[in-house]
Amino acid sequence: MGGRYVRNPARERRAEERARQLLRSTAGAEALEMYERLGFLTVENDDGEYGYLIYPHRPLVGYDARNGEPLSEYCVRFRDGSDPEAGERLPDADDVLAKWLALRMDEAHTLGTANVHPLGRQLDPAMVRRDLSALRSWKAAA
Amino acid sequence: MKLLRMTPGKGDVLLAEGDPAVAEDEERLVREFRRQLDLGMWAAVPHEGPGGRREATMVRDFSEVPEAAERVIFFPRAAGG
Repeated sequence: MGGRYVRNPARERRAEERARQLLRSTAGAEALEMYERLGFLTVENDDGEYGYLIYPHRPLVGYDARNGEPLSEYCVRFRDGSDPEAGERLPDADDVLAKWLALRMDEAHTLGTANVHPLGRQLDPAMVRRDLSALRSWKAAA
Repeated sequence: MKLLRMTPGKGDVLLAEGDPAVAEDEERLVREFRRQLDLGMWAAVPHEGPGGRREATMVRDFSEVPEAAERVIFFPRAAGG
């Protein structure tokens, strides 16, 4: 008989550590460094016109990559209910990687499943602007 | 080739591993691949694109997995939040 989810911080720390290694081996060492330092990943289109901030368990944020202005929130989730005792949420780094993979594989379909809202529905616009500023500094230092 | 799946509470778990050139291994890999898709997972093959950029390709059938692929990563399908 399946149990219900009970938070287990030690198990979740181990899962997060494992997820970070998968993130590094899949998206690269620089992506892991960005995630660990800034708390998010980015995906930008080939022309450098727009991109997405990828937060763990929070909406994607589209932004104009030419001027750094945030655009919209795209609420998309990757839930797994196969083990009720473990809960439905992937480790943070896996959630970020799932979004990264989905955008890389099929951006149109991923956005087509998302609920789209103006910036500010779930995320603090000031926080997003700070993150976009941090991203600019990150790129300039690279 | 390894078939991995992201999971809550554990991170990635190894579902199956084998050499697709060996008939017995291929059969096991194909069986697990189909099972994961039937469970509603997406399957991603990570690879390097032009200039070494990290990329990923979605595969919907085991025959679409490149021969040289080292890993297939399964994760839940996207849904609106």
